[in-house]
Amino acid sequence: MIARLIARDVRRGFTGTSWLPIAFFVLVVALMPFAVGPDAKLLGRVGAGVLWIAALTAALLPIERLVEPDRANGVLDQLMLHGVADEAVAAAKIVAHWLTFGPLLLIAAVPGAALLALNGPTFVGAEVALAVGTPGLAGLAIAVAAVTAGLPRAGSLAGLLLLPLAVPLLIFGAAAAADRNSSALMLEAAVSLLLTAGSPFVAAAAFRASRT
Amino acid sequence: MTVLLRFEDVSLRRGGRLLFEGLDFELRPGEALQVAGPNGSGKSSLIRLAAGLLRADRGRIQRPSLALADDNLALDRELPLKRALGFWGGPTEPAMDALGVTHLADVPVRYLSSGQAKRATLARVAASNAALWLLDEPLNALDTDGIARLSRLIDDHLGEGGAIVAASHQALAGHWRQLELGR
Repeated sequence: MIARLIARDVRRGFTGTSWLPIAFFVLVVALMPFAVGPDAKLLGRVGAGVLWIAALTAALLPIERLVEPDRANGVLDQLMLHGVADEAVAAAKIVAHWLTFGPLLLIAAVPGAALLALNGPTFVGAEVALAVGTPGLAGLAIAVAAVTAGLPRAGSLAGLLLLPLAVPLLIFGAAAAADRNSSALMLEAAVSLLLTAGSPFVAAAAFRASRT
Repeated sequence: MTVLLRFEDVSLRRGGRLLFEGLDFELRPGEALQVAGPNGSGKSSLIRLAAGLLRADRGRIQRPSLALADDNLALDRELPLKRALGFWGGPTEPAMDALGVTHLADVPVRYLSSGQAKRATLARVAASNAALWLLDEPLNALDTDGIARLSRLIDDHLGEGGAIVAASHQALAGHWRQLELGR
């Protein structure tokens, strides 16, 4: 059932609007040279941080379709009746969400890095940092989507919830991209691991609380 | 004989209002129970309680593996009906046949009328192989052919040693024990 659920969510992601956050990501990155000017040195210095800010804002876009449709349609209830633990459902959703979001983001970071004139080592560092951080971001997105599911104006509320919680990822992710020899990457990995491992439990508690 | 569903001294409070208290009943294989009562008397809540989707304020509920048909379709709207039902597993083809929706197999779920959607929900339950069926207002939106098909399905399920709890304010065909709420 878990494998079927992951396959279904991945299919829904790709047949739906999984390209939208990615297009948004590239667009936010493309705005940066317009905002601060085309100075390659300046862009190179802030570039890794810009990639992360773009990734965070892009992660907000799909939140309303991650959990709410399945809650409203009774799919979460039926999964429980089929004996699937809510935690397992949430974990499957995190895996599926990452599969439709993480790899595409890593690909979109290539033109993104070119737009920001990142040099080779910084580009590689940014890709590694994004690869390490996106599972945590996916976990956070599912947890926030579950907590806000069914609420009016859930999208805006989700932004207020997700962005502050993603600050540690942003700090260590951007630092890891800028300097690969620092311990920032290890700290980022620790934060990402904590978010990925903790989110299924938060999301499952939210699933249970939403059953009325 | 085994008991499929047992309520022991169950009380449920919703929104500060006591819906029922001290509810005791048992359902054995081959038995059908109709939960009746006016709107707002707690029929749907009792179904969700039996399913384990709600928690009782007091009392114990013992339940087997079960299947639930309520207002929520729980089928992917963008998929053809057959694939959408297939997600939940079980023998979908006989179930679709029993409810007369075989000709809709390739129609995306979002194009189904409300009566066809109700048949699809019941087909999901019929395909489930669960011993206990919980049906919330199973007659809603069904036409006479749909009601006749549902009656046959219910008879077959009871004949195979299953049990059914149905919440409905309308009369159901066949032999149903009655549980009247809201009095």
